[in-house]
Amino acid sequence: MTGFLDALASLGLGSRLLTGPAQLAAFGSDALTAFHQRPLAVVLVETAEEVVEVVRVCHKEGVPFVARGSGTSLSGGSLPVQGGVVVALNRLNRVLRVDPDTRIAVVEPGVINLHVSEVAAQYNLAYAPDPSSQAVCSIGGNLAFNSGGAHCLRHGMTSNHVLGLRVVLPDGEVVELGGGSTEPVGPDWVGMFCGSEGLFGIALQVTLRLVPIAECKRTSLAVYGSLEAAGDAVAAIIRAGLLPVAMEIMDALAIEAAEASVKPDYPKGAALLIVELEGERDVVAADAVRLDALLRESGATQTSSTEDAQARALIWKGRKSAFSAVGWLAPDYLVQDGVVPRTRLGEALAEIERLSAETGIRVANVFHAGDGNLHPLILFDGREPGAVERAEQLAGDILRLCVSLGGSITGEHGVGVEKRDYLPLMFSEDDLGLMRRISSAVDPEHLANRGKMLRPEAVG
Amino acid sequence: MTAATACIEHVRELIRDRDTGERILPVAGASKPALSRAGDGVISVDVSDLRGIVEYDPAELTVTARAATPVAEVAYALAEHDQYLPFDPPFLDAGATIGGAVAAATSGPNAFRHGGVRDFVIGVRLIDGTGRLVAGGGKVVKNAAGFDLPKLMVGSRGRLGVITQLSFKVFPRPSATVTHRYDLGLDRALATIARLCRGPVALDAVDVEPGGRLVVRLGGDADVLGARSRRLSDELGALAELLEGSVDRAYWADVASFSWVPEERVIVRVPLTADLVGRADAALRAAEALVRYSLAGNVAWVAWPRGHPADELASVLASLGLAGVALTGPPLAGPLGARYGGRFAERVRSALDPFDRFVAD
Repeated sequence: MTGFLDALASLGLGSRLLTGPAQLAAFGSDALTAFHQRPLAVVLVETAEEVVEVVRVCHKEGVPFVARGSGTSLSGGSLPVQGGVVVALNRLNRVLRVDPDTRIAVVEPGVINLHVSEVAAQYNLAYAPDPSSQAVCSIGGNLAFNSGGAHCLRHGMTSNHVLGLRVVLPDGEVVELGGGSTEPVGPDWVGMFCGSEGLFGIALQVTLRLVPIAECKRTSLAVYGSLEAAGDAVAAIIRAGLLPVAMEIMDALAIEAAEASVKPDYPKGAALLIVELEGERDVVAADAVRLDALLRESGATQTSSTEDAQARALIWKGRKSAFSAVGWLAPDYLVQDGVVPRTRLGEALAEIERLSAETGIRVANVFHAGDGNLHPLILFDGREPGAVERAEQLAGDILRLCVSLGGSITGEHGVGVEKRDYLPLMFSEDDLGLMRRISSAVDPEHLANRGKMLRPEAVG
Repeated sequence: MTAATACIEHVRELIRDRDTGERILPVAGASKPALSRAGDGVISVDVSDLRGIVEYDPAELTVTARAATPVAEVAYALAEHDQYLPFDPPFLDAGATIGGAVAAATSGPNAFRHGGVRDFVIGVRLIDGTGRLVAGGGKVVKNAAGFDLPKLMVGSRGRLGVITQLSFKVFPRPSATVTHRYDLGLDRALATIARLCRGPVALDAVDVEPGGRLVVRLGGDADVLGARSRRLSDELGALAELLEGSVDRAYWADVASFSWVPEERVIVRVPLTADLVGRADAALRAAEALVRYSLAGNVAWVAWPRGHPADELASVLASLGLAGVALTGPPLAGPLGARYGGRFAERVRSALDPFDRFVAD
């Protein structure tokens, strides 16, 4: 290994090559803290050329590498590999170009998600995908795990907003995929690269699609007596032909957590539905009349709405801080992000409630209802013997439930290291076999983010 | 055994038992002959039996259908519930299928509002080059599990597998539409497009006709459409022509069937960006092409004279860093012009088609 570290050192990274135990410790986990692995080294790259050089050295020496942005993965996506290198991309944080006429932004992978919208705002444009961690998470990670957010209902996921890529493949070769057009020539290599969890290499430059900022945004809150009633309201809104940009539900426990941390002053109830309309003023006004009627008819006990930017921001702050806020309720939690068909939401929630009662494990629910994307937060105290195992057991049961209802084990967090064993619930041995063959064809030695999505021993 | 199952088994056998070196090309609607006509040494495999909607629940806003289901059949079923395929696949009247729309990556002009084929395909079943029937994606609108094979199939033109089934997101259909036409000439049309596309009025389609006439379509709730239409014409100044009701629908149905393309020309789809349209237009017109720009300058539909060599178009496109795919006329080996995907493409292809069973570019 000294030979390898010498080779890395020869790249002239100086103090940006970290090998001391204390320096490495900070990179041992991402937001899925249950997993920890100290890497052999961390490189704080500052240019795309450095990324390519590091990858080439890794390839030559057969050393695995893991790209890392802000380390906010909830599936262990940037967990280091034993004996491997972490390529920290945070300093590749420049927005290289915003073109208001073609509505694209060209950015480096370490750019923070929200920063793209901040830069584009001067042209009345924004970057649509908005994961809850958008103030800290990076575009490179969003792209690798096809991140979602609250506004996927109309805008889609990250892969719908990535048009072009410059990537370094696991052997150090640099290729260009896609371009600036919203239309692929085909095959859609960019779409294939998105969500590949780092297995195909590292993105060096990313071309993003921007969308116009709507002139009017109206956010409604509606309180329901049960989660099921709130879920039914979502189905009714969709059946009526309305297309809000976001529909979110929080249960009493999630509301309690949000109130304890950022105090969004939500109305109290068993379930809170947040619905956001956006678009032209006339259209939003017309849709609002229909929406308000639907909310009343669906049994909301209390409703309110606002177009005020500050009030909206507070509503979303409460919603987006829900994950960290449950820290007020329990010392530890697991978060899952299984998906169910929208019409099975009520059923899924009732079953989760039953599982929670049966196991005595508290579960807070906060989720992207419009997409059927659940986020059960499983609360536990890691100091109690067996508590982690029981929580994991429940998490697994919830994923099995999602798949049995026709859904997915992950809507936006990715498989990572956390859900590898659940992938066979969704895919046959032949399906997985093809994924492994693709992985092996692109990276025969499995150097790039080894062990994510597909188990290392199963790759071959 | 249903016809569809028999068809799948037949294709699997064809792929598995092939030792003569011939390659296969799946064909169904044949609405895009340049992509469906088999060249030398290629066996064309008719998969038309893979037909029918498998699952459609309007409350889910998703639809799953076999690959050779005609786009028109899906569109009809969705329209009964006031929903539509927002990527607006063309060639409906010619019998285009959903599998063909995905394999050819053909998004129509109304895809401007919500996105193209790649934004709405969420699940796929396909037969890969080893003869295995495999699935990718799923039937739910949000899904980050496994590699995104559904997107990989967009524009794959039968080169990576035989698509047998597809799942799509769908959206509520605008209940009313209206179209504006402005005689601006290409340069002013482009400047206007750049301004319009940053809001505030949400547009369904933004095209430029071969003569440089800007065509903009608005869709939505009938109650507010009139006000929105006036707002748009106020922004743009003198309105040349307003198409409403059946006239509006007929205009876009004509666009979808490419009736503007004369018989003696072939249609080539060329993705590009609005900032390249000016240069591309000059070069293409110098080569005697007719061009219609769609999706606010994100795609050029090039009507290329049949008598002119394809190589000439290829070199024009390559000089602009662009690539195009011919949809009508004789079959061509691969995209014309620039190549995309590099070694990444080669490696992924080698995994899907390790024994060269499918047509190569």
